[in-house]
This record gives sequence, structure tokens and C-alpha cells, in this order.
Amino acid sequence: MDWSVISGTEKRLMLNAVGVADMASLFAVVPEALRVNALDMPEGMSECCLSSYFEGLARRNCAGCVSFLGGGYYDHYIPAAVDALAGRSEFFTAYTPYQPECSQGTLQAIYEYQSMICRITDMECANASLYDGGTATFESAIMAARITGKSRVVVHDSLHPVWREMLLTHASGSALTIEDGNEPVAGDTACVIAQNPAFPGTLQDFSELARRCHDVGALLVLAVNPVSLGLVKTPGAMGADIAVAEGQSVGLPLAFGGPYLGILATRKAHIRKMPGRIAAATTDAAGRRGFVLTLQAREQHIRREKALSNICSNQALCALRALIHLCLLGKEGLRETARACHAKAEYLKAKLDFAEVLNAGPTFNEFSVRLPGNAEAVTAAMLEKKYLAGLPLQAVNRGGPNDLLIAVTEKRTRVELDAFAAALRECAA
Amino acid sequence: MKTIFEMGAPGRHAVMPAPLDVPAASLPDAVKRDTPLALPELSELDVVRHFTQLSRRNFGVDSHYYPLGSCTMKYNPKIMEAIGALPGFTRLHPFTAMTDAYRKICQGALEVVCEMERLLAEVSGMTAACLQPMAGAHGELTGALLIAAYHKAQNGVLRDTLLIPDSAHGTNPASAVMAGFKTVTIPSNAQGVVDFDAYAALMGEHVAGVMLTCPNTHGLFEPRVADMALLAHENGALMYYDGANLNAIVGRCRPGDLGFDVMHFNLHKTFATPHGMGGPGSGAIAVGERLVPFLPNPRVVKDGGTYTLQDSAQSIGRIAPFFGNFLVALRAYAYLRAVGAEGLKTVSENAVLNANYVLARLRDVWRPAYDGLCMHECVLSAATFASKHGIRALDVAKALLDRGFHAPTVYFPLTVKEGLMIEPTETESRETLDAFCDAMLDIARLAETDADVLHQAPRTMPVGRLNEAQAAKNLDCACTG
Repeated sequence: MDWSVISGTEKRLMLNAVGVADMASLFAVVPEALRVNALDMPEGMSECCLSSYFEGLARRNCAGCVSFLGGGYYDHYIPAAVDALAGRSEFFTAYTPYQPECSQGTLQAIYEYQSMICRITDMECANASLYDGGTATFESAIMAARITGKSRVVVHDSLHPVWREMLLTHASGSALTIEDGNEPVAGDTACVIAQNPAFPGTLQDFSELARRCHDVGALLVLAVNPVSLGLVKTPGAMGADIAVAEGQSVGLPLAFGGPYLGILATRKAHIRKMPGRIAAATTDAAGRRGFVLTLQAREQHIRREKALSNICSNQALCALRALIHLCLLGKEGLRETARACHAKAEYLKAKLDFAEVLNAGPTFNEFSVRLPGNAEAVTAAMLEKKYLAGLPLQAVNRGGPNDLLIAVTEKRTRVELDAFAAALRECAA
Repeated sequence: MKTIFEMGAPGRHAVMPAPLDVPAASLPDAVKRDTPLALPELSELDVVRHFTQLSRRNFGVDSHYYPLGSCTMKYNPKIMEAIGALPGFTRLHPFTAMTDAYRKICQGALEVVCEMERLLAEVSGMTAACLQPMAGAHGELTGALLIAAYHKAQNGVLRDTLLIPDSAHGTNPASAVMAGFKTVTIPSNAQGVVDFDAYAALMGEHVAGVMLTCPNTHGLFEPRVADMALLAHENGALMYYDGANLNAIVGRCRPGDLGFDVMHFNLHKTFATPHGMGGPGSGAIAVGERLVPFLPNPRVVKDGGTYTLQDSAQSIGRIAPFFGNFLVALRAYAYLRAVGAEGLKTVSENAVLNANYVLARLRDVWRPAYDGLCMHECVLSAATFASKHGIRALDVAKALLDRGFHAPTVYFPLTVKEGLMIEPTETESRETLDAFCDAMLDIARLAETDADVLHQAPRTMPVGRLNEAQAAKNLDCACTG
């Protein structure tokens, strides 16, 4: 099955118009010896067979467990209107708004997304989005180096271990020196990259760290969880210079790892050093407000090897989902969602008296515990009871064999929390 | 039209979480939000109507012919959307793959990753593939890092340069620099393809690799691609294939057979996944034997009847948190399984036929940048109209919008003056192509008789031409209230 539409007689007519005898003539330039004879791939399928085949594959994934698995990616409720609106093909079958007059829907949505990000983070400007939280972290490091003219990037121990790995890989060809540490080093530090809540769940006020960074001419990059900002002190209020985030928690399904949403916001003074697309308001000759992509001279299609980044797209559809999600929640909804996540996590934490809570300070929606037994074995046993009990921290090299990271979202009910605590007590004993 | 921040009323809300069924908890002041949360307060209908209105201010492939060159705006079959929305995939947490305890509950998803990577390797004539890169440019960066890792492991001479043709996408040099390389530009010749002698003169021991798009952005197959690869390999350099234009040759010839060592696919282009207003796409990569040990970690492998993960000690590391834009790759995998080998061949045949048909219908009026047949896209030039009638490529683009067509890519590649890059794709019918060509010819006639009308286009869009200089000068990129 394919979706080409040119049939036999039309093909002849079109070949005539082109002035060639047959299809092969169109490919004459491809040397005979380099053409492929047969591909080793399964026969094509009808739509009906395809549908059954993939439904079968999907059934082999258990997505129906009660989940306490987080680690930066959370099981939040996504309102039906998010799918209904982002599922309009006028959005998802469009491309980059190269022609602004026929892309005002996209451009205004990006402008509104940027505005929304500024409002939740208390930053002054945001780009149109990057691929995910990890790549946003990498871009923030490059950006900080460009702003400060320095090359040392200090990775705070609060940062997501997977993002740290991504940062190391992406920066391996760059002039950045990346090292672990919790304080800026006077002289050559471009930035400290910290995360709030920290990967293991602990909340901190990074205001003092921001001050110490600024004292030595370094920037503070703060990675945050957008949902937490309904309740938690913002990167803007803490004095961070760049805020980055994984936007999955606001309107994107877990989707086995993507597509996700890389959020990046900063101070207005740094906007010309910020990578990625930016939408801005302007007017037409008749004075009507409209939106365009702006400051494009920073970007690869114009600057080529001198561009701020190689990025040539954004996660526009994911940004739209996040925007719609936050509009539906609104001021009160985001605050109440954050409160619910926090309160339910606290409720569960108190119930787990058989485990040692490892967080030294307050937590938001996720906390780490040391179980009496092996975390991997406990999660295996809990899976039999249809629970995703959390992330064994040893799997990401962030804890011992008995350590487990447990996440709670607003979706979990008191009944589920009680039953989970009892089951975990049994399995961990 | 109002922005969402100019709407609503205090106290209004749409979707709230359930009332709290556990005791309320509080946070210490030091970590508590102490600034206003200035989010809009809207009803569900407010939100639905606003975004429905916004959607109507967009051209998409479903509503409009979208011959945007180099972007392969083909139709995205609806069944792939249905497959991409199956809860067994959308609700699956990626960390289920990362621990032994959970891996048995994501076998279906791991099969998609592993089998898609196998299919991509087969279609490209490579040894292995990796779905991690999240866009074409991200794939380029990954490929360039692989080239760097490979040379480093050889412990030979320092190779710090990538050769890139002048017709290449801007991402090529930008990605090369991000991976730590210098770039040197290979000039095109009068026929619009790589000047082989110039290329040979640039080749040397300092060259780590060559990044090539084939067919190139002029829509022309590089006739000496095999010779280029041979020369690169003789000099110890690797060949990178930019898969942006793979739609022209897919199913007919394979980058691996042409002599390439590493490439990226734009799954969203060649394999029909929606472009989502600019993303998410997928920039999956494939590599030949020599680069396999350096692929990003972790790799999905089949061990007996079970899919599991494996790390390589020589790997460049991690490019995505998990398996890239999984739902995009899932749709592309479903597309590949639907079309099969035969369907793929039909795809490239019809894509090339459609482009040549448009070229044949327009070439006497809108002069092509280069003579002869084209592959999947043609590049025309408005240069004559610009000098004679003051009608530039931009004017043509705007006039097309009024006629119900998205514009071609304009002013790219940079090697062509007043370029109009048209890529019809295989999913468009002859009637649509004819209607588009009629519009282009009509615009040409108007350029000669009533150029002013064209300068005023578009007139039927929600806004007229927007003042971009003003946007950059009085920068308003967020409504912060």
C-alpha cells in the first residue's frame, strides 16, 4: 500500500509532458551498478492488517499499572481538549512558519507559548522550544559560555543524571570544560547548572548560589519542573539567568521517551545569545497585529557555521500542547495541581514508615527512600501487583541497591496511596 | 485577533484536579512561590474557541498544496495518527526500559525501536541505525560526533575539517562546528553539482569527512558521488549523507551502496510523519560497519526472544534521554510496514515524476537554475522577473498564498538568485499540480502587466505582509502582563 496518486494513463501523459519515454529515464543519472535490486523487508500491508498488527504490539506494553514512576517524566492527567485541539490537522500538518501570513495560527501560538513560559518561570523571554530538557540543558551551557566568554561549566549534583550524560556527549566536541561541583570557580566559570527539585526530589532555594555565581561573573542555569511552579519559588525569583525545563509534565504523554519539549527562558539582556526560534509581535501596513519569526540572523539558515546553534526546528506541536494544557488549567488549576502533587506525596511519605526517607530537605512530588530490601527486586514484586513502584536509583547510578525514587501526581487517589503503601510494606519486608 | 492573555475573567476555570482527598501540606517559605502566577483564567469553551480560530489561520497539508522545497510536505496517512495514539504506546513510561524489573512490560515498544532500526539500516544500505536524534540537525550533530570519535580511535593524524558543498543546508556547517570541526566549502560547478576538481584539491589528510546531500538542494543527483566517496576513503576521510532529500531515491538506491559511512534520515519527510508546525520530527541515523561501536548508548538488541539494552564502551554517549521522538518513529515504522519495498520504489518514482512535470510546465516562463531533468524537486529563479518587472521571489510567494497554495521555499539554496524551490511530493495529483502551475503562469503574466497588484499580495490572508524590521527593533516576544 502506498499513497502515491499517479495512475497508469496519467503517468504516460505526464511522462510525455516531461519528454521522456519511461520512468527509468528519470533515474538515468543514477549509475546502474549502484541501484538496489531487492530490499530485505516485509511485504507491505493493508490498512486493516496494519491496524491489527500495531494494536497487537501496543498490547504487549503494560500501560495500565498504577504508576509511581517518575524520574523527571510524570504521569499527569491531560485534559481531553488538549488532544482535540492539538489534533487539528491545520496545526499538525503545517510546517515551520516561513510564510507568516498563512501561518498566523502557528506564530501566535508560539508567541503565547513564550509568554506562558515567562509567566510560570518569572523570566523575561523564552524561545519557541528545543527538543527536550536534556538538549535544553546543553544549549544553556553553550549560551552561558557565549554570554560570559568563559568555558567552565559546573554541573551541580542536583541535575538529572541522564541530562548530565547528554550534556557530556553533546559538548564533547566543544570548547566547554564540564565538571561536577556545587560552586562556581572564580575566573573561568561560565555557569553552574542546578535543578530544582533536584533529581532525587529535594527542593532548595538557589538564591544564594545565584548570588555567588554572579559575584564571580558566572551565570546560574536552573532546571525546573513546570508543574512545580504552581507552588514552588521560581527560577526568576531565585535570580537564575537561564531557566530550562522538560515540558513533558504539562500536556505531553509519557510516550516511551518522546516527543517531549525543551523549555528555555532567560533575561531580556541575553535574548540575542539565546538559541532557537523566537516569535514576535509586529504589524502589517494596515496596522493589524501579526506575528513573525524574529532575530533570525542568529540562526543556521543565515549564519551557517557562525550560527548560535544548529537547531533548525522546534517542538512546535509539543509547545502548543503545553500552552493549551496550561490555558485549561489556568491560574487556579496549575496551583491546585501542584498542591495536590505535593500533598499526596507528603501523605504517602508519612505512610512509608518502614523505609528511610533520604531527602535532607522538603520535597515536591517525588522523594527517595531506602527500603529494607533490594529496590529492583521490590519493584519486580510490586509489578506483579500492577504497580510501577518507582525508579530504582542504582539503575541511574544515583543511589545504593535499596534506594527507590517514588513519584506521586495529582492522579493518585487516597485509596490508591493507602493500598500502595500496604503493598510496598509487604514487598519490601 | 486577541491573544489568550487578553481573554477570560478572574475565577473562571476549565479543567481542575479532583478536590484534595488527603490533608493539605505546606512548604517552607524559602522554597515557596512568592510571585504572582499570572496565568489566564478561562472556560474550556474560551480555550477551545481560541485555538480553533488560531488553527483556521494556518495552511497545512490537509488543507492546502504545500510545495515547500527541501521539506517533503507529503500527505500524512490518518492510520499512522491512530497508531501513534494507541495508549499502549502513549502511556508507556520510558524508564520501564532502563531496569531489568520493568523491561518485560515494554517489549512491544522495544520491538518497534529495534525493528525500525533494522529496517532503516536495510533501506539505507548501512549496518545499524539509531533512533535517538530528535531532528535532522540533531542527527547531523550525532553523525559528526561519530566521525570525530572514529578518527580519535584511529590515533592517526589530526583530522579537524569537514568538506561541505556551497549548496548544502545551513545546518550542515552549523552542526559540524558544534561537533568541533572546521568547515571548508566545496564550490558547485556550472551544472549545479559538486565541482569535482575543486573537491579533489580540497581533500587531504586534515579532512575528517565530507557532508553531502544527494540529490543536492538544486534537485540534482550528484553524478560523481561514487568517485567522491572513493577519493574520501583513499584519504582516510568518511562520507556523511544528509538524508533531507532521500525521498528522491528511496527504494531505488541506497546511501550505503553509494559509499556513505553515516547518514541521518528525516523520518518526518521521507516516511510521512506530520511536520507539526516545525516539529517534532526525527533525525534517526544509520552507520556502516566502522562506526557501529561508536553509536549512542544504550542500544536495543534482541537476545533470544527478548528485547533488551546494551551499552558499548566506545559509544559517544547519550544523544536523547531515551529512544528519541518515539511516537514519530512509531508512525514512520508503521508507514514503512504499510508500503513495503515495492511501495517505496513507487514513492520515489512518483515524487520525481511530479517534480519533472512541474518543471516541464513552468520552465519556459520561470527559468530553472540548471538545465536538464531534476529529481524530486526543481529550483526555478525569479531573477529575470526581478530585474525586468521588480517582481521578486517573495512577491511570487505571497501571490501564491492568495491563490490558495503554500509558497515554495524561497531564497534557498543560497547559490541561486531569487530561488523558488518546488517539491511537489508523490502524494499530489496531476490536477493539483496543474492548478499550481496555472497559478504560477498567471503570476508571470501579471508581473508583466500589473506588477503592482503582486506587490500588494497577499490580500486574502488574516494579515498583509508583516513588518519584520519593526519586530526585531521593538522586540515584543512575550506578553508578560
